[in-house]
Amino acid sequence: MIEPDPAFLAVRNVSMRFGGLLAVSDASFFVKEGSITGLIGPNGAGKTTLFAIVSGFQKPTTGHVLWKGEEITARPPHLLARAGIARTFQIVQPFAGLSVRENIAVGAFLRHKRRDDAIALAEKVAARVGLTAELDKPAAALTVAGRKRVELAKALATEPKLLLLDEVLAGLNPSEVRDIVPVVRAIRDSGVTVLMIEHVMQAVMNLCEAVHVLAQGRIIASGTPAEVVATPAVVEAYLGHGAATRLSGKRDA
Amino acid sequence: MKDRQLSLILAFAGIAALVPLFVTAGTWLNFAVFTLILCLAAQGWNILGGYSGQYSFGHAAFFGTTAYLTAVLQTRYGISPYAAFAIGIAAAAAVGWVIGFLSFRSGLKGSYFALVTLAFAEVFRVLANASEITGGAAGTLIKLDVRPENFQFASRGTFFWVVLGMVVLAMLLTRALERSRLGAQMVAVRENEDAARALGVDALRVKLAAIALSAAMTGAAGGLYAQYFLYLDATIAYGTWISVEALLAPIVGGAGTVFGPVVGSIVLHSLSEFTKSLVGRIPGIDLVIFGIMLILVVRFPPRNIPGLIRRWRGTK
Amino acid sequence: MLEAVANGLLTGAVYGLVALGLTLVYGVLHIINFAHGALLTMAMYAAWVCWAVFGLDPYVAILPLVPIFFAVGYAVQRFVIMPASQGDDNNILLVTLGLSIVLENAMLAIFRSDTLSVQVPYAMEVIEAGPMLLSFPRVVGFGVTLVVALVLFLVLTRTDTGRAMRAVAKERTGAALVGIDVRHVYAVTFAIGCACLAISACLLLPSFYVNPRVGNAFVLVAFTIVVLGGMGSVPGALLGGLFIGVVESLSGLYLGDSLGQLGIFVIFILVLLFRPTGLFGARA
Repeated sequence: MIEPDPAFLAVRNVSMRFGGLLAVSDASFFVKEGSITGLIGPNGAGKTTLFAIVSGFQKPTTGHVLWKGEEITARPPHLLARAGIARTFQIVQPFAGLSVRENIAVGAFLRHKRRDDAIALAEKVAARVGLTAELDKPAAALTVAGRKRVELAKALATEPKLLLLDEVLAGLNPSEVRDIVPVVRAIRDSGVTVLMIEHVMQAVMNLCEAVHVLAQGRIIASGTPAEVVATPAVVEAYLGHGAATRLSGKRDA
Repeated sequence: MKDRQLSLILAFAGIAALVPLFVTAGTWLNFAVFTLILCLAAQGWNILGGYSGQYSFGHAAFFGTTAYLTAVLQTRYGISPYAAFAIGIAAAAAVGWVIGFLSFRSGLKGSYFALVTLAFAEVFRVLANASEITGGAAGTLIKLDVRPENFQFASRGTFFWVVLGMVVLAMLLTRALERSRLGAQMVAVRENEDAARALGVDALRVKLAAIALSAAMTGAAGGLYAQYFLYLDATIAYGTWISVEALLAPIVGGAGTVFGPVVGSIVLHSLSEFTKSLVGRIPGIDLVIFGIMLILVVRFPPRNIPGLIRRWRGTK
Repeated sequence: MLEAVANGLLTGAVYGLVALGLTLVYGVLHIINFAHGALLTMAMYAAWVCWAVFGLDPYVAILPLVPIFFAVGYAVQRFVIMPASQGDDNNILLVTLGLSIVLENAMLAIFRSDTLSVQVPYAMEVIEAGPMLLSFPRVVGFGVTLVVALVLFLVLTRTDTGRAMRAVAKERTGAALVGIDVRHVYAVTFAIGCACLAISACLLLPSFYVNPRVGNAFVLVAFTIVVLGGMGSVPGALLGGLFIGVVESLSGLYLGDSLGQLGIFVIFILVLLFRPTGLFGARA
């Protein structure tokens, strides 16, 4: 893949070391404007760390993150949010004492000073993710699926240009996944670029135009979903050393 | 719902305003004024502790700063008590901002924030006790000169109304805050700082705004205290007692609510008067009750009196 | 000056003992116990009662008071702090604060605000050590503190209870999984902390006084020591204690009594503010 210049979002040679552990090792990839891009990989591959770096929660040991050609490495999260990069958390983080409406409004307040405007936007966003019926409930009272939607709505309410989704589908049952996939697609269609960490492969195949595969802190493959799953290195990363040969051997037989 | 809140505030103001008309005994009015002053201090704590989730154990630093400035500026420099009061409030806010800046910048939260605020208040107490300008250990006396332009009134009732006005103002301010962007961001920081930052909330700025506002309110209580009792020393102004008073009422009455500090102060101080009338004036007995209330309120959710009443009514 | 340093070291040892209980509780339970000062006050009153009512020398009073305060500590943790805290940092803060308010003012209600002290023949005695005159009670305090620290070290490293405590301190969930009764270990740790306070109280009383607020004077000092020595570190508490003892003694010498305390508070604030937060802020 050829990197457009300047890329919408570019991660260049990023490494992250925690003590003796190299969590991310010289990772480079980019995200095309208007795309849904996936970041996949086995557990412990460093996906969440990489996300924390892109969203400004952690400073990489070395390397750069560029946003439309501008250096944003280690810029604090609230400034990134203001610039148009929003994220969700893998472990959902609702504001427990607040209602769903108020939760979403916290995001909406970023670009709307007046309470009425923020609330109006929050309600509009809630409608987009299917939360209209839950607006008055305390966020803590929702099901896992409901909380995932709140997490999504809060981030959307900041009116981002790039949305980083950290496993929004994890923990959902297949029918809940089916419900939320079109929501993500609609978000992209409204002009928001999406970068998602995901485990649910079917959803990744379904949604993403481009996928980057992270294993043991390295990007081992990039391409369309179909290209990536055909890469032997990816199969090995998921199924263990030698799996690719064994599988292709079987196919040959 | 929100309009009900406003009418409740106005109803409280209206009923409380009648107190001086019916209560004429000096000791009872003293009690009422004192309770209201502590209520204002507690309303200040509530902004930082209740809404923003940063538990300070050192609000005495703010109470004492306005109290001393109000007293010292008029007695030593001949500045009008009203101007001294206003300067004192601004100074308390500044002190709050600086303490907040140092602490929050260093990432102190939870117990560590509580400890560092306690230590700051103690530093102020030691300094006030040793320095000349505050009158040192002997304290500062404001000359009795009963004239309205001196912020001294012939009747205790007038002072009661002034303090009540400040308390109601603080309630209205808190209510406005609750409905504002800053208020929403404060609660977001309280509930989950990382999630708030991801949504574009500048957590440091929000906490600094909270501590400055909080310090100003508690400071105002200190200024009123100085003006009403006309005497200060380091233990009164910067003592641990006021830091404890300021946090007790909101915790007991419901932290992070408009009415929490008011309900808490009234309940706690009525309880303490009641106990005193029951067992006599044993020193410390009121605080023993306060401490037990604090433990019980934390021990048994929903953690405050209005919550308990709601639950009790709900189960009936 | 040399004498001030030496006396500072001797006082500092007892500070270290007070801090030892605090740091142990922090290290194992991960809570900051605001009631530590009030518990010390209570122990000092207990020692005073032993002397005034039963005629026991404060040093002898260590024998009955250690088991009593061990039991008190166990009960307080098990029946007050643990049920109320529900694991929430702010709740623990409030409960231990509430506890300290109750204890301190109960002492005030019982003993009133008068300052009490014990009269023992050796209170003013001094020991000549080369060019220095050292106060006898302080030398005793220093010696006993060293013994207690040694015993504690042996308990932590050589007994099953000690090993359980260290296991819980490191990895609470893991310890629970291998069958350690975490609640029991918590309560025992708190109890040991209180027993240390009982000893400190008996060591302090001959050369000090007691009033309802006396614990406050020590609690911030103890917190300073604990933060300085590294939260949860036993040797850190002792070294921190010695250091703070010297600082207090010297700042008292140069700044006078009223400003002498300032040095400690300032150190405390500076350490809290400028020590990298990762060392202790990570848990919150």
